[in-house]
Amino acid sequence: MITTSIKRRTLLGAGLAGASMLAMPSILRAQDKSLKVGVYGGYFKDSFDKNIFPEFTKATGIAVESIAEPTGEAWLVQLEQAARAGQAPADVSMMSQVAMLKGQSTDLWTPLDTAKIKNASNLLDRFVNKYPDGRIAGIGAVSWYITLVTNTDVYKEAPTSWTAFWDPANADKLGLLALVSNSFLLEVTAKTFFGGTNALDTEEGLLKAFDKLAEVKPNVRLWYRDEAQFEQSLKSGEIPMGQYYHDVTGLAAADGHPVRSTFPKEGGIQDSGCWALSRASQKSEEAHIFIDYMCQPSIQATLSRKVGTSPTVKREVTDLTDKEFAAVSSDIEPIIPRYDLYQTKSDWLNQKWTELIVG
Amino acid sequence: MRREPPQTLGDYLPLLFPAAMLTIFFVVPFGTMIAVSFFQRQQGGFYTPAFVFDNYARFLSVFFGGVLGFSLMLAVIVAICCVMLALPFTYMLTRMARKVQVVWLVALLSILSLSEVIIGFAWSTLFSRTAGITNILVALGIMEQAKALTPSFGAVLTGMVYQAFPYTVLVLFPALVRLDPTLTEAARTLGASPLKAFFTVVVPALRNTITATLIMVFIFALGSYLLPQLLGRPQHWTLSVLITDQAIYQSNMPFAAAMAVFLVLVTLGLVALTVIAGRKGEAA
Repeated sequence: MITTSIKRRTLLGAGLAGASMLAMPSILRAQDKSLKVGVYGGYFKDSFDKNIFPEFTKATGIAVESIAEPTGEAWLVQLEQAARAGQAPADVSMMSQVAMLKGQSTDLWTPLDTAKIKNASNLLDRFVNKYPDGRIAGIGAVSWYITLVTNTDVYKEAPTSWTAFWDPANADKLGLLALVSNSFLLEVTAKTFFGGTNALDTEEGLLKAFDKLAEVKPNVRLWYRDEAQFEQSLKSGEIPMGQYYHDVTGLAAADGHPVRSTFPKEGGIQDSGCWALSRASQKSEEAHIFIDYMCQPSIQATLSRKVGTSPTVKREVTDLTDKEFAAVSSDIEPIIPRYDLYQTKSDWLNQKWTELIVG
Repeated sequence: MRREPPQTLGDYLPLLFPAAMLTIFFVVPFGTMIAVSFFQRQQGGFYTPAFVFDNYARFLSVFFGGVLGFSLMLAVIVAICCVMLALPFTYMLTRMARKVQVVWLVALLSILSLSEVIIGFAWSTLFSRTAGITNILVALGIMEQAKALTPSFGAVLTGMVYQAFPYTVLVLFPALVRLDPTLTEAARTLGASPLKAFFTVVVPALRNTITATLIMVFIFALGSYLLPQLLGRPQHWTLSVLITDQAIYQSNMPFAAAMAVFLVLVTLGLVALTVIAGRKGEAA
């Protein structure tokens, strides 16, 4: 007979006590200075929680509560609606460039004061997001590359140019991103065939790029929104070529999968996220300290090593080795997306794009 | 026992809770959606309250007409396939031993616990060139070379029928269990073959159930937006996919709402037509 059986109620009591003890530190921490930071949920948030935020709290005494942001523009919509009600679900958020521009249209972002952000001088110019009148809306947080990826079993030789997408030999072999505003294929087309993204300045230029891009359609097997879907097919060789994230492809290759990421001679697509401060936030002081901290070359180098992002500061100020730098970036001049178009012409572009791929 | 109609206010009280829930969780959100569908879209921003028809005007084009037509056709085909498969299946199931029935029903219910994502990924693997079912056919010597069956219309259809099949069986099951076995026995006694008895007695006796099931599967399939993306090419994307694009990726809520309202109206219209046609058929 079991005499030492634990009663259910005792166990519940112990569980409750344990849970409240676990909850205690956060209550204590909340009394100090704190900052709510929005980061893309999943891999990014996990990496930041593990590698960046604890060190920041140690260095500055400001506790960070990280908030998982949904992808797409859902977070922008939530921030905007909360700001109208005087609320800030996060003080500082990592925002995409298109979301930055859309937020500017309603003055959602508190202008940042670079006098309080000493390390901002390290940044590459393209990572300072400005209002039309020159006020600073956001500061580069991280950047990443979308490159030409291939399965090494199917393609023994790495392709060297984006023109591989147009090669009739690659019929039904490509996996491309499904949206005009996240695939940036118009920019790729313009840079590869029309001398640069300035070719997209006019409507004729855009239409020419659309026509050229239409030639790629027979080669496309998958237009993906879901990254996992393409990554799996790329690894298995089911869909052996396409566009994908340089860092993630590098990680997959390091795990032994037969994949490679190539910076085409026309350049990889460099996308980035900004730190931006909601106008409803009361934590301007802490936010400036946080952004300043994140702009340090050593932190950017840590991000490159631990999270796999490309630095937003000049390469020479970081201590990244050639190999470490190549793992996240390239010296080839990148293709910078025409974010302005996705704000001023978004509906027209979206309609044309949808008709192009669905029609 | 005779059911009496409610007489005092107190008799209506039990109704208040579901009515309130229905209002809060269905009528209010749907009303909001209709309101938003008339709002003014601010390109590169959000939207402002207004009363404009721009969003509906944009939808009324050959392109979106084509997508809507495809979505409706896909849902109709899924509904027909499901009922055609599920009706004989359920009929045979009701004639099996209780234990066997339970095993089948539990298996079908367990399919319902799978998310659309899992179903989509499973079928895309089954239909792939590298790991798919064609490899088995190659091993058996039936096929020369393994090939990819996805993305294609057939893959989308298979995935959606697979997903809707358990619902179809569960809706048909009660009606078929209650079906008087003496009806078929009489038909058999009068010399009809089992097949003939099924089509001339069972199917007509269940006409209303079959119509209701068709409508239910049709509406269920119309909302599908993940499977067409995972298993189809862009021309197989349903209107729901484009609505999601507008709402989530373009933050164009007014246009997304207008498309959704339009889809609901067309669906209700089709359902009403089916019901009316059914009544006329009965009266004749």
